[in-house]
Amino acid sequence: MDFATLIQILDSMLRLSAPLIFACLAGLFSERAGIFDIGLEGKMLASAFFSAAVAASTGSVWAGMACGVFASMVLAALHGAASITFRGNQLISGVAINFFASGMTALIGQNWFKLGGRTPSLSGDSRFLPLEWPLAETIGAIPLVGSVYSELLSGHTLLVYVALLAAPVSWWVLFRTRFGLRLRAVGENPEAVDTGGLSVAGLRYRATLICGLLCGLGGAYLSTGFAAGFIRDMTAGKGFIALAALIFAKWRPGYALFACLLFGLLEAIAIRFQSIEISGVGTVPLQLMQALPYILTVIILAGFVGRAIPPRAGGEPYIKER
Amino acid sequence: MTEINGRAQPDAAAPAIELCGISKSFGPVHANRDISMSVQRGTIHGIVGENGAGKSTLMSILYGFYRADAGEIRINGKPTQIPDSQAAIAAGIGMVHQHFKLVPNFTVLENVVLGAEEGQLLRPSLKLARSLLARLADEYELHVDPDAVVEELSVGHQQRVEILKALYRQAEILILDEPTGVLTPSEADHLFRILKSLRDEGKTIILITHKLREIMAVTESVSVMRQGEMAATVKTSQTDPETLAELMVGRKVLLRVEKKAIEAGKRILEVHNLSVTDSRGINTLKNVSFEVREGEILGIAGVAGNGQTELLEVLGGITEAEGNIRVGGKEISLVGAGSDARSRRRSGLAHVPEDRQRLGLIMDFLAWENMSFGYHNDRDCNHNRVFMDNRAMRSATAKRMRKFDIRPDTPDTQARNFSGGNQQKIVLAREIDRNPRVLVVGQPTRGVDIGAIEFIHQSILDLRQAGAAVLLVSVELDEILSLSDRVAVMFDGTIIGERQTAATDERELGLLMAGVADGGRS
Repeated sequence: MDFATLIQILDSMLRLSAPLIFACLAGLFSERAGIFDIGLEGKMLASAFFSAAVAASTGSVWAGMACGVFASMVLAALHGAASITFRGNQLISGVAINFFASGMTALIGQNWFKLGGRTPSLSGDSRFLPLEWPLAETIGAIPLVGSVYSELLSGHTLLVYVALLAAPVSWWVLFRTRFGLRLRAVGENPEAVDTGGLSVAGLRYRATLICGLLCGLGGAYLSTGFAAGFIRDMTAGKGFIALAALIFAKWRPGYALFACLLFGLLEAIAIRFQSIEISGVGTVPLQLMQALPYILTVIILAGFVGRAIPPRAGGEPYIKER
Repeated sequence: MTEINGRAQPDAAAPAIELCGISKSFGPVHANRDISMSVQRGTIHGIVGENGAGKSTLMSILYGFYRADAGEIRINGKPTQIPDSQAAIAAGIGMVHQHFKLVPNFTVLENVVLGAEEGQLLRPSLKLARSLLARLADEYELHVDPDAVVEELSVGHQQRVEILKALYRQAEILILDEPTGVLTPSEADHLFRILKSLRDEGKTIILITHKLREIMAVTESVSVMRQGEMAATVKTSQTDPETLAELMVGRKVLLRVEKKAIEAGKRILEVHNLSVTDSRGINTLKNVSFEVREGEILGIAGVAGNGQTELLEVLGGITEAEGNIRVGGKEISLVGAGSDARSRRRSGLAHVPEDRQRLGLIMDFLAWENMSFGYHNDRDCNHNRVFMDNRAMRSATAKRMRKFDIRPDTPDTQARNFSGGNQQKIVLAREIDRNPRVLVVGQPTRGVDIGAIEFIHQSILDLRQAGAAVLLVSVELDEILSLSDRVAVMFDGTIIGERQTAATDERELGLLMAGVADGGRS
């Protein structure tokens, strides 16, 4: 494998990781506040659809993204209402959102565009275009180091950079601000928050809305940045992989970034090397390569990566004691 | 500190707290009925009452957890609305709950500032809190490492964090709900020293407890609640424990049970080198050995969490262990088949678990069903190998309910609809009434009202009288001292010392509970 290939794989890793990072941080905010959310997938899907659909209709990717994020936040608020106000089962609510998003996007898509659930292909201003960093051509001419700048760092869409920045920003918010302290507290012991004179429900709603926002960005990126349009069920389990990454990362933003990059890397490798020859064994089939991220997910969820302690109040609706 | 957070300067003559005609109902239940009370500034005021007497509800109203249906709260003579905890904090009220409201994986500092931060960023708040805590620590003997993670602190220290939280919020009125339940006697003494120095600084303290001894020791005045009403408020110096107990229950209560002297017979329960390693690889029980004879009660004292739970679970057949246990000379298995609860009962060992709602009862099941669990394979519960004899179980339950004075005495009532004391009596009746050779009983009177305590203690003594061996595990030292013939103290998974009850006292046992191996004798 030469250096150029390595750069290509890493470049593709960044693009593939971005939606995972958004979803993983979304889950992080929600679960740190004590709301389990397996509806990341559904929210991303809804946002992916509305981003592409509105972008296709208006020709503005920004309008598309705004609608996508809004759709995702509506679903987040719904999940919040079910699990915070009505103290429902958070898993069931999450599953419902996934089914709802999967069905409704296909249905509305077919109704609007008659393309079998797809949206029309996006081009020009209706999608996020790669941002060329200044002097990319000039610096790219430098051997080796140059391609790191021009190929790997430069040339991604805006949302990839936002995703990469979202991790440190999340860390700062969670561990350096008052809001972060309260949000973490409400996921560990809501009673402490309640007796401290703070609103448990208020904090949790804010966390779920942040979760919706981040999922929305992830979805918008999928259909308007990564791909050029919406395809049915295009999230393809990314929301679930993000959940696995979240457990792998032990609910910490820094680890989450690396976990998502690892999943992205595996995917990039699977795409780049459709078949690998291993001497003595033969060819590793394509299917196995493509399954790698999912296999890793299973291994992580089976608990092979050490003990991960979730936020203590996670999944439990808060009921004031009598 | 005269002007605090814009609070009005206290009117020197007005009481710190005045409650006028507070009422609160939950559905048809009157938790508080026309409660009036006043507490002078700079005093420690006790509130006693049985479980369900309405103490907690009253304090929850004062702390803004509930809103009273009627009545008025006056703080420093000024009528005050307390719709939520925020308002209570603003009014200068701080509360130390029975179950601490701390975030276990936060540091002490983070817990203290939570909800009372200065500004949007954390760093300045933590810095400010650090200097304030250092000052409070010196002023009131409230020393805790500000950077320690709360879950790694002892219970006594966690409680100090709760007090610090309240003081950090500049509380002038401090409410403590059952603060000594989890403390060793020496920790409790320390707490009372802290409370007295807080009082001397002019703070007002409300102490909710069911331990009359504590009321007598630290309070200036005491209110007694009964069935949601205020039964009396008296000066502590003008009353005594017997009077208070009578006011609480509404009738005369024997605080000390009559214990007849009987000669202990042969060894029935022999425990040798019992060890338990939990899933994390920690030894929760280390080489525990003891024996109990016929007609003898061995009390196991100790601060909660020193291996008592594990000991009970091994004896009850819930946890596997290493070592030997003999019941009536016959070895019983501690691992694998035959180490389950049913085999234990067959060998004559009955177990009243310490957590009756988790291990003793199924809360949604009826009394007669609960009364049969563990014995549901016995002949008297079944017609034949297929059909159970529900009618027999019902009538047996009805009989036991009368014998153990369980109210209501209807076998078709769900377990959750009984009070704590009556739930406990259901479990006790189930285990005791079949005349076991060994009774292992954990925390028999936890969350049980005074009237029922008396009855439960008498039942245990009756069983002893009948020649059974009783192992009594309790964190209530008073209970251990009044019932047992011998006392063993558990500390850190071992039995640190054993004494004849008649030859020891609270002070010595307290030292043992704190891990001083010779009980301070040398």
